Order: sequence, then structure tokens, then C-alpha cells
Amino acid sequence: MGVKIKSMDYEDFGDNESLELLKTSGNNFFLTSIDNLLNWGRSNSVWPLTFATSCCGIEMMAAGASRHDFARFGIEVYRASPRQADVIVVAGTIVHKMVPVLKRLYDQMPDPKYVIAMGACAISGGPFFYNSYSVVRGVDHVIPVDVYIPGCPPRPEALLYGVMQLQRKIKGESFTNPADQKDRLL
Amino acid sequence: MMSEEIIKDVIVGEQEDYLINLGPQHPSTHGVLRLEVCLKGETVKYLNPHIGYIHRGIEKMCEALTYQQIIHLTDRMDYLSAHINNEAVSMIVEDALQVEVPERVKYIRTILDELNRIASHQLWWCAFGMDLGALTTFFYGLRDREHILDIFEESFGSRLLHSFVCPGGLMHDVHPNFQKRTKEFIKYFRTKLPEYDQLLTGNIIFQNRSKGIGYMSRETAIGYGVTGPSGRGSGFSCDVRKIAPYGAYDKVRFNEILETEGDVFARYKVRMAEMHESLSIIEQLIDNIPEGDFTAKMKPIIKLPAGEYFRRVETARGELAVYVVSDGNKTPYRMKFRTPNFSNLFVMNEIASGYKIADLIAISGSLDLVIPDIDR
Repeated sequence: MGVKIKSMDYEDFGDNESLELLKTSGNNFFLTSIDNLLNWGRSNSVWPLTFATSCCGIEMMAAGASRHDFARFGIEVYRASPRQADVIVVAGTIVHKMVPVLKRLYDQMPDPKYVIAMGACAISGGPFFYNSYSVVRGVDHVIPVDVYIPGCPPRPEALLYGVMQLQRKIKGESFTNPADQKDRLL
Repeated sequence: MMSEEIIKDVIVGEQEDYLINLGPQHPSTHGVLRLEVCLKGETVKYLNPHIGYIHRGIEKMCEALTYQQIIHLTDRMDYLSAHINNEAVSMIVEDALQVEVPERVKYIRTILDELNRIASHQLWWCAFGMDLGALTTFFYGLRDREHILDIFEESFGSRLLHSFVCPGGLMHDVHPNFQKRTKEFIKYFRTKLPEYDQLLTGNIIFQNRSKGIGYMSRETAIGYGVTGPSGRGSGFSCDVRKIAPYGAYDKVRFNEILETEGDVFARYKVRMAEMHESLSIIEQLIDNIPEGDFTAKMKPIIKLPAGEYFRRVETARGELAVYVVSDGNKTPYRMKFRTPNFSNLFVMNEIASGYKIADLIAISGSLDLVIPDIDR
């Protein structure tokens, strides 16, 4: 029966419901309706920042181009300014010299803001994990990450899937529930 | 008298220079390049490139890795010429061990090089058009690029970074469909290339924005070591495929594209003509791939004899040279990459000074920079 991990049943790998369960907040009907409306709007117009440091940026461009049409999922336009962006797709290696720039870009984005770590370099340093003196081992040392997309570089389809996961996450949020905002305070 | 002086002081850029930062996060720098631009009014006085925002220490990392492992790092330098970078390191190992690779390998490597070159130039065309405000090029170019990536994907399982060329030959044989699909692509792309010209080359706005700016003389190109299409746009004959043929380049007939104007539009024309030339190179080779092994017989642990080795290849952006010092171990003692973009970047101060800041975007686009290749 495929993969076996102690204390985790195989069926649980296919569990796709837990994210939505987070939504059971106990709020009243009126506030939940506002949440639903806000989340519907937010999740369907996630505008990314044009931020690509290396190879993954090419796949991000390919995802935005003709064949893999990003705009179908509301990732409509790449914004050049962080002031207009909702999500920062960290596509590529982050080195120590780049960290202050990345942190400033993240700080300049208006709330609510999300981070997608695209590719092995942004997740953990990837191929540069060993022996490199300048690479940050994972962008989550610097900014909080919502979705990790593995691959070196990930295919555009993987990026689309990651974006859909982010949309699910946004749909489970509640702006009246301060616990949802907690992890944003770094 | 007094009021005149005050008015004089408030005109910005009239009396003093104005220093701005372009980057490191700027869409038109194609990565994380930072240009410190000194302006007088709207005119660029000088500019100072700051690099290192994506310096990953690849050269130092190579000293702890075996030659098979180094292949994977070279992919990530100039990721748009991944095959060609792999080939440079592979050939240096083959030279040192005096391994003769099979003919089949040479043919396939050359075809892959040229396919990679076309894919790279297509992406450059998309980005260059987008820099100058023609958003449509982005969609047209990447549409055709996907066809090449399909061929790559079928044979090597990945789209961008393949690590397919390895010391001694290839990782595995190409897919049986490889020949058929490549021929289909040549036929398809031959019909699409005129579309590129109709869309952008003849556009009067594009021509006005690219002709007569960013002039680079032949002496400047040689002095700064500007190679590849950027150097050939200035009449600097620097095609390594012609000067020192490797792979199957000595078996094909092709022209080295040279333009003598030296401006942005000349560099544009060189790249557009190179796509035609690459198609004809592939066409000459694709039907004549000999049968045989996909790799020469190699030992599992590669140890280069002590000594110094040097090899250069022509990537999509210029001349990539690899220099290895070996002390007889399975890892190199020192590995040095002479990457084309490093030289191509630093000529920018020379060729952009005196032009307007809007032209700076066109000039940096015409040099076709890949930033991780500069920083390594």
C-alpha cells in the first residue's frame, strides 16, 4: 500500500479537506458572510509582484504566457511595484546581499499579503544547500511563506497548482478572527 | 538678483548631477542587477553596475564537487543556454582524459545547442519587445518557445535545466520521436519567423527607439571583450563555432552573422538572423544522425590528470570559457568560468553614456543579460 509513515495512515495523504475545516470559526452569520464576500474577491484577484532572481523566473514567465494562461485564475497582471501587489512569488535563489531588498519589498506590500516560495532554492537553498557561503537556506528565514512549490525549476503547472492552494488558503481566512493575522506579524 | 539665485537652485538636474538607482528589483533589468545611474537632466552621464545580488559561489562550490556533479551547477549559471554550459564542462573532461566521444553524441549535442540557442533568442525577443512597450511579442515568442521545450521535455524529462550532456556523452539516448518532432518544429518555425518580422522589426516606433542608439564601435567591443551577438553587431567576428569548431560544427555550413552598425538595432538584426541560421544548422544535421552509442566508455570516478585545461564554447550570449586546474583528485583544484554576460554588462557604461534614460532600457535589453551568469 504505497507510502508508509508511522502514525499517519495512507488514506490521510489524500486528505484534501483539512484546509477548509480551518474555516469553522464560530463567528456569527453576518460576519461570516462578509468574510465569504471578501475572500471571494481577494482570492480571485491575486496580483503578483514581478520578482524573479533566477531560473524559476523563466518558468514564471512561461506560466503567464500563451500556453499556461495565468490569468484564468485571477493572477491577472504582474505588478512592477510592491505597493500594488498582493503576492510575492519568490522565484529563485536569495543570497545574503539580496535579503534586505527582499525584506523591504515585503514590508512595502499592503496587507493582506502572501508569499509563494517557488523552487528548491527559495524553499531550502536547493542545489546550493551545501558548500555555498552566500545562499540563504530558504526564504522562510526572512519572510513568512504561505505556499511552497517544489521543483528545480517547478513546471508552470506546478505554479498554477500552488496558486490554487493559495486561493484555498485565502478562502479559509477570516478578517474578524485575529488568529488568522497572527503569523503575518514577523 | 537674489530671486534669480533662488530659482537657479530649485531647478533639479540643471546644476548638479542626479543619482538614481535602477534595480535591484526592476522589471527591465531581467533579474537582480542594480545600476547606479548618474543623470544630468534626462541624459545619462555615467552608470555604475553593482553586481552580486545573486552571487551563489558556484566557482567555489565546484572545488568540492566531482565533475559529474559540476554539470548540474553549470545549468544554473546561464539557464537559457543550459545545454551549451553542460557541453563546455563535458568537453574539458573529455579533452583531459583524451576520450573520443561517438559521432552520434556530437551530432545530438550540436542539434541541442542550436535548439537551445533558438529558445534563448526567442525569449530575448519576447523580453526585448516588452522592454520597448510591445507586449504582444511576449505572447508570440513564448508560444513558439513551448514547442522547443516540448522536444526537450520528451527526451530529457525537464523543460529548462536538463543536465543531459555529461562527461563522455549523454545521460541517455534521445527519445525515438526526437528527429520527427525536431523536423516538425523547423517546418513550423520557418512559417512563424516572418511573423516576428512583421510584428516588431518593421514597426516604426520600435525602429525609432532602437536605431542609432547605444553605439558600440568594433574597438570598444574588442576592448571590453564583448562577444556573442552583441559583439557581432559591431562587426567583431568572434563566433567560436567558426574559429574553433567543436561538436559537429565542422560538418555543417553556416554563416557567421555580422552587422557593422553597432547600434541596438544591429544587435537585434544579428539575433534574428541567427535564428534562421540555427534552423539551417539543425536541418543539415537532423537527417544524418549516425547510429551508435550515446556515450563513450567512462570510469565511474573521473580523475583528471594534474594540469591546466581550457575550453571555450559559444553560448547564446557569447563566449563561455572554462578553465580547470586539476591536482589529480576527483574534484578540481580551481574552476574558473569566463562567462559572456560579465563582459557584456560592463560595456554598458561606455555605450549608454550620453543617451537618454529611456534609451538605457533598450540598450540593456539589446545586450541580453542573464544576471546569474554574471554573478555565478
